[in-house]
Amino acid sequence: MAVGERVFMARGIRKNTGARLFIQTVLARAYPRVIGQQREKSWVFFDIALPMIAVSSYVFVYRAIGAPDDYVGFVVMGGAMTAFWLNVLWSMSSQLYWEKETGNLGLYIMAPNSLMAILLGMALGGMLATTMRALVITVLGSWFFDVNFVVTSYFQLFAVFMLTMVALYGMGMMFASLFLLLSREAWHWSNLAQEPVYLASGFYFPIKSFNFWIAAGASIIPLTLGMDAMRQLVFETGPTLGFASVPLEIGVLTGLAVLFLVGARWLLRYMERLAIREGRITESRR
Amino acid sequence: MKQAIFTENLGRVYKLRGGKKEDPRELVALDGVNVEVAQGELFGLLGPNGAGKTTLIKILTTLLSPTTGRAEVAGFDVDRQPEQVRPRINMVSGGESSGYGLLTVRENLWMFAQFYGIPSKIANARIKEMLEIVGLGDRINTKSSDLSTGLRQKMNIVRGFLTDPDVLFLDEPTLGLDVGAARDVRKFIRAWMEESADRTLLLTTHYMVEADDLCDRVAIINGGKVLACDTPANLKHSLQRDALFRLEVSPLNGLSPEIFEAIPGVRKTVHRPRDGRSVLEFILEEENVLAAVMSSLTENDLTVMNLQKREPTLEDVFVELVGKSMSEVEHGGG
Repeated sequence: MAVGERVFMARGIRKNTGARLFIQTVLARAYPRVIGQQREKSWVFFDIALPMIAVSSYVFVYRAIGAPDDYVGFVVMGGAMTAFWLNVLWSMSSQLYWEKETGNLGLYIMAPNSLMAILLGMALGGMLATTMRALVITVLGSWFFDVNFVVTSYFQLFAVFMLTMVALYGMGMMFASLFLLLSREAWHWSNLAQEPVYLASGFYFPIKSFNFWIAAGASIIPLTLGMDAMRQLVFETGPTLGFASVPLEIGVLTGLAVLFLVGARWLLRYMERLAIREGRITESRR
Repeated sequence: MKQAIFTENLGRVYKLRGGKKEDPRELVALDGVNVEVAQGELFGLLGPNGAGKTTLIKILTTLLSPTTGRAEVAGFDVDRQPEQVRPRINMVSGGESSGYGLLTVRENLWMFAQFYGIPSKIANARIKEMLEIVGLGDRINTKSSDLSTGLRQKMNIVRGFLTDPDVLFLDEPTLGLDVGAARDVRKFIRAWMEESADRTLLLTTHYMVEADDLCDRVAIINGGKVLACDTPANLKHSLQRDALFRLEVSPLNGLSPEIFEAIPGVRKTVHRPRDGRSVLEFILEEENVLAAVMSSLTENDLTVMNLQKREPTLEDVFVELVGKSMSEVEHGGG
């Protein structure tokens, strides 16, 4: 150590505040998600190979029973969206719990940034990294199974996808505080939610197959209406198999996005207040 | 002189949950703590594990609300104005595993610098400079998961100093480090403090030598209370009137060291088994009490192998104040 020979930099370094600090924080917290994907390649197996196996199984079943060709496309899209659901469950909802365990949560609270910026950064990073995975599944699935896309409105498709992402990751942000508040064993909640949502949200079949009330109830998960709307917009038979009209689904998704983001902000503040008052939430059990 | 840290009757009670049918128990972690630290001071909190040091740091860093009393850091109330306190402080804990293992040392430090609003260009220049100072310059692009405990702690130290806080909190910064790495960290701390008169540092430690070596003033804390607060020299000077002896004797074999405290003139006795022998530390009111101690040792069939008169240390001050050594307090012995 060369202390004494070198000097520290002068005092009074410039530090941004307000909106600049918020944006810096979002980008900085998104960085590990994006860069992590390039350094840790296990996602290729878990987030692409495994969903592709599930997709193949459904495709072969649909082909065996002579289902319409568009059902294969439904399944490929469901397989692609699986990556987002897994990411929201394991890398968003459980994330504050892991941050607590590693000691990062206390540092996040103590820093002058907003915790909401930290969560948005996690969401943005997760979304960017997962979009790459979803694209790979879509391209591979479409190529293997010869899926035919007929896009009726690129604008609506983009709007639905973005709204679905905002609502879905907003839900993940809300769950992040909720999981931390409710449970020390966050992964059990993620395990519990993983498979039922594949069924309830219609990852591999049109949600219209359920009765109205089950489909309406499942619509609280943004992927349910998001996938239903996107299928209506990219497959020829999509509109006949849709649960509700695309404009209505866009409206509901907008409402869910606002609801989850506001809920995430409220729960985050509640969690921070509770953490500071009781002194137990930022503590690791180790 | 401007105050950097001020606490007034600060207290914290934790409610511990028992079983479903049990009522929650209360644990008093801090009890009426009054501390004043001047700007530019390197202040130490010395005490055993569970003394309340970390609780005090958590309150001062806005991570925990006090149950009673109030505290100010950099002139702002930590409970009511945390948003004013946070840009002015930082904290590093010993053995922390913050950051992300997949990121390199530079990337981890850059990320934390962003959370304090430091522009990337300035952050990167500072990171490079400070890593050179701590001897991590050649590891700047190493993934933090590949660092040893000592190197990782040096990275954590840089994280704390990187934002150039007005008040820095170091919670057991050399915990678990080998002798060389701990010495490097202490050297780094001292150099940082010497460079600017308006930097303030609060250090918690249970290493007596560290407190003695680094701190301008030390508060000895135990059971959530501050028992004494002064310069290390003054604290030790308070024991100058006593005579301190260390005796290595044959094993006590179940004999209680407390029997020696019954000898008139023996203020305190601390026993530490070592290498098949017993080390007895005596604080005597005056030197001639030693004769009575020696007689008592002989009466109890104990052979004296080594006898040493020594200068008081902060450990002796702790024993004098608490009645037990720090390790005895930590292990519930004594």
